[in-house]
Order: sequence, then structure tokens, then C-alpha cells
Amino acid sequence: MRPTRVLLAKPGLDGHDRGIKVVAMGLRDAGAEVIYLGLRRTPEEIWGAAVDEDADVVGVSVLSGAHVALAEQLVAERSRIGSDIPLVVGGTVPAEDADALRAMGVEAVHAVGAALPDVVQSVLALGAERERTA
Amino acid sequence: MSTTDTTDAGIPVAPVYSDADVAAGLAERLGAPGAPPFTRGPYPTMYRGQLWTMRQFAGFGSPEDANARFHFLLERGQSALSVAFDLPTQLGYDSAHPSAVADVGRVGVAIDTADDMVELFDGIPLDTISVNFTINATAPIILAMYLVAAERQGASLPDLAGTLQNDILKEFMARKTFIYPPAPSLRLSCDVIEYAAGALPRFNPISITGYHAREAGCDAIQELALAMASAVAYSEALVARGLAFDSFAPRLSFHFATTMDLFEEVAKLRAARRLWYRVATERFGAIQPASGRLRFFSGNSGTTLTAQQPLNNVIRSTIQCLGAVLGGAQSIHVMGYDEAYEIPSEEAVTLSLRTQQIIAMESGVARTADPLAGSYYVEALTDELEERARTLLDELDAAGGAAAAIESGIPQRWIAESAYRLERELASGDRPRVGLNVYAADDDEPHLGEMFAADPGVAKRHAARTAERVAARDEVACRAATDAVSARAREGGNVMPPLIDAARAGATLGELADVFRLAFGEFREPALW
Repeated sequence: MRPTRVLLAKPGLDGHDRGIKVVAMGLRDAGAEVIYLGLRRTPEEIWGAAVDEDADVVGVSVLSGAHVALAEQLVAERSRIGSDIPLVVGGTVPAEDADALRAMGVEAVHAVGAALPDVVQSVLALGAERERTA
Repeated sequence: MSTTDTTDAGIPVAPVYSDADVAAGLAERLGAPGAPPFTRGPYPTMYRGQLWTMRQFAGFGSPEDANARFHFLLERGQSALSVAFDLPTQLGYDSAHPSAVADVGRVGVAIDTADDMVELFDGIPLDTISVNFTINATAPIILAMYLVAAERQGASLPDLAGTLQNDILKEFMARKTFIYPPAPSLRLSCDVIEYAAGALPRFNPISITGYHAREAGCDAIQELALAMASAVAYSEALVARGLAFDSFAPRLSFHFATTMDLFEEVAKLRAARRLWYRVATERFGAIQPASGRLRFFSGNSGTTLTAQQPLNNVIRSTIQCLGAVLGGAQSIHVMGYDEAYEIPSEEAVTLSLRTQQIIAMESGVARTADPLAGSYYVEALTDELEERARTLLDELDAAGGAAAAIESGIPQRWIAESAYRLERELASGDRPRVGLNVYAADDDEPHLGEMFAADPGVAKRHAARTAERVAARDEVACRAATDAVSARAREGGNVMPPLIDAARAGATLGELADVFRLAFGEFREPALW
């Protein structure tokens, strides 16, 4: 089985990239292949790259409080291009917003304070799940 | 790494310290408070002469929303203001810009025009209240708008006090709100410093910061070295313009984090002052003592706070605020205990301000200057931190200085590797954090007061307001003023005078940022990790 391919990016204007880089390193050390697109990426850029890179999972991180609006844009763009790649959102996400994100189609949400091994496991499990059902 | 026998930055700690642990010549390394090398503080009587400035970082929504929060804080005894701008304002987009919509008014106030700045400070006399601006890539534009607002109040420029963050180098290292490539960005920062050196004698035109690198992951030693390397880079650029070091150095200010390792943080802040004095005199031949007298703002560390059991954060912030006071800070911000969830509620900011007031008025720690001086442990740590930071500063110099080191990704790597190490220590439990990896109770509901609720309508309303103002301005005059900014950007010379004219003529922040985008291009960072 090939390694899980994870595409990570920062949508919106937020520059807090400590968390996403830590997750990138954690995934790498757990055997995943990680592509990090960097800051201020549009939904079009993120899903375009995810398809080009044949990603199994897409992960984004938002610490500006704009997670709901940005997740809406990301989920809409994923539908528009007809992709089924699971989307994981991390950041300063209060519990009720996490429910809203899941309801709109985000596969997993990890708020600040989540333990790194749990985040890594969750992403790898989503990748394995997609591999199995593909 | 165990946290029991080393400091947070990894310096080994003995169970007991004695005079044998403090190298000879301590008196010379300390000096008196207010005297070179300023280890003991920038002023002779420190807080007896003037208490630190309590400066809670605040701003959200529209200018009226943020103005209401400012009045709320001032009514509760805050002594100065510190403005948080939203990301579109920090990145040079008006509220109507398609890239801006999701972020308008979220992490700070939305400012499009000088009229917005007038509303932001409505009822707040700018000739008596000092104002801090956390703004960097668009710092020259924001300063221009602020000066127009002050002018409309009838305030005179020499009376204006405050601080503009304006430290673009650390944006490339850690904070990430850059717009233009490094070289023109550095030029804009220096234009502001040069302009202020003449026009704004009470204003700090830059706050050179190690704070953001620290919050992004690096340790206390790296934080010191990076701040010093940046200070050297700005100073060299200004000296290369023909300015005398002593003409601008007294107005350079600094910004450091104060985190949980109390004595290491106090030692770091004391070492920072000595290090800067030595850099100022040894490298730049400072003549005036004030040129080597480091003054700093300290923010508590948001990354040490937890979403779990959020009331624990009140205790963490108290310890950190105490560290900043024992380290001799000139102004302090205390985090809200609910910041892992939202921008702070009124209850949380009040508690942050009360934390400062209780330390100032009840604990007695402000009674005497540098109360930890002479502690064997603190002096040994101060010496060790200074020496280790000097070694790293030499490494950065060998890499070509701060700007070149950023281009080769050195600080970015320090920060990412250190952040990852810390996260693994938290996951393994080697680094205890109460409520997170020890004494964590899964069934505990967080105890939060009423949380801040963002206003979803602000982007549309603010964009409409700006559109009205743009429609009402004298278009010909405004166009001429922005053309003058463009010419100055391309042909050289200080951009501040034409920027102030353009702000007065009603040019928007987005328009002015675009003038520089056209002249300088935009920077896209390599995604290093």
C-alpha cells in the first residue's frame, strides 16, 4: 500500500502556521507524504493541487476565527469540482462551530488543544478509509 | 528533555546556587538602574517613578465597535491603547476586496480610510493617550491615517506618543503578514523610522520583536538573538541612508514574550538590555546613553494557554505578567483566559486588566527597581542567556545578518523544529501542562463566561461606508495625491509625506497598498517546514 498523501494549506489571510507545520512534521514522521502549499491559498488553488497531487486527505488550519466562512468556500469548491477527498479543519474552533463544520461536510475537526498523535491518527484513518472504498 | 533539571530553553539548572556560580565583575555587568549597561532597567527609579503602561490589545469589527471597547477599557483604568487590526487591514485590502470578506473585523478592527481612523479614536484625546499599533506591512499607511486623525482633533505632532510595530523582518520569520518582497519592505519600515526621527519625538516608530518568533515556536535564547539581529539590520539600513545612529536609536523600542519559566524569562529580559547596550556601543558607536537603553513591551504567551480548563489560564497569565514586571517592562498586555476560543469577552479583558492592577497595587513588587538583582540563580541565568544569545547572533551574522538568514530559512527552521519538539514533549508528557496532559479530566466542561460573538454583517456594512466616502471625495485631488506616492515609491525618497497627503485626500488603504504592490511586487514565501 502506498503511503497516505496529505495536502496541507492555510486558506484565508491568517498567517499562524505553527500548528499546521507541527502537524506536517507529525504526519511525515508517521510515514505520510505531506505536501504543504503555504499561506493565503484560495479554495481553487487548494483543490486544484489536491487533485493534481492525488491527495488522500486535505487539511487546512485557521486561527483567525474565519473558519466557518472559509470552510463553506472550501466545501463548495470541492462539490463544484466533484471531488470526494476528505477535508480536515484545525484551529480555534469552538465546539458549536465544530458541529456546524461537520454538518456542512467537513470530515474531521481538530480544535486547538487537540493532541498531536490524535490529529495524526485521524488524518491517517481518513486516508486509509478512502483507499479502502476507492 | 526533562523540564525539572533544565530551563525551558534547555539550560541546565543546579539544585542550589551560590556566589561561586556568579562570575567575577558582576557590579560592572549590572550597573545601576537607569545607567549603562542598563541590565537593571532603563530608568533610575523604575516603577516608583512611573508604573508600566497597561495596554490591553483590543480591536474588532467596525471603527465604532472598536472605539466602544477602547472606552470600556479606559473607563476601567487602562492607561493607554493598543490597536488590533483585522487581517485585510494588515494585508492592504479594503473591506470590499474579495480576498477580505471572511476576515473583515475578525481579529481586529477594519480600517479603510482616514475617516475610519477619526471614528476609531472618537472621544479619545490623542495628545494625551498613547497608542500602540500592531501593524507592519501597511504601517506607513496606517501611520499616515493616524496623523490625519490627530490633525483633525487639533493635536500637534510632537505631542503624539505611542508605538508602531513596523517590524517587517519578523513578519517573514514568524508572523507572516508581509505583502512586498523583503528589500522594499525594509525600505518602508526605515522610511517610517526616518520620518518619525524628525517629526514625532515622543513616538516609537518601531517595536523590534522577538515575541512572534517565540510564539511561533522558538526558545528564549533564539528569541533574543533574532530580535537583536533585526535591530542590527534596521540600524545598518538607516546608517547606510546617512542617518547618525544616535539620531534614531533612542526611539527604537522592543517587544518580547514573557512565558511560564519565570526566572528564565526575567533573566532573558535583563540580558536583552545588556545585549542591546553592547550592540549599540560596540557595533554602532553609540554616544548618547539613551541609544543603548532598551525599552520594551511584553505580551504574555498565548501558546502557553490551554483550551482545556480555561480558568487555569488566569493563573498562567498572572505568573507571566509578574515575570514581565520583574523583568522591567515598560508596557504589558495580559492575555484573555478565553483566547483559545474567541477574541476576549468583556469579562476576560477586564480580568486581564485587573491582573495587572492587582500586581501593581497589591503585591508590592513595583516598589523597588530590579528586585531580583543579586540572586545567584537569576544572575547566573542572565549571564548564560546573554552568552548563548551572542553565540546565535554571531551565527546569524555569519549567515549575512537577519535579512539573509531569513532568505536561507534559518529562523524559520529554528522555529519549526523547536515547535515540533515542544509538541512531542507535550504529547509524551515530558513537559507537563496542567489540565492538558496532567490532571486532565475528559468530562470537565470548560468554565467560560459569555463568549465574544463576532458580527457577521460588519464586512458588508463597512464596505458600503467606504464606498460612500470614496464617492464623496474630490477624485482629481485624490488621484494626484496617490500618483505622488507612486512616484516617490519608484523614484526613491521618503514615502511618508506624500502618504499623509493621500490619506488626507481620502485615498483608501487598499488603494495605497496597491500603489506599492505595483511599484514593488508581491512576495510569496517558499513553504518551508
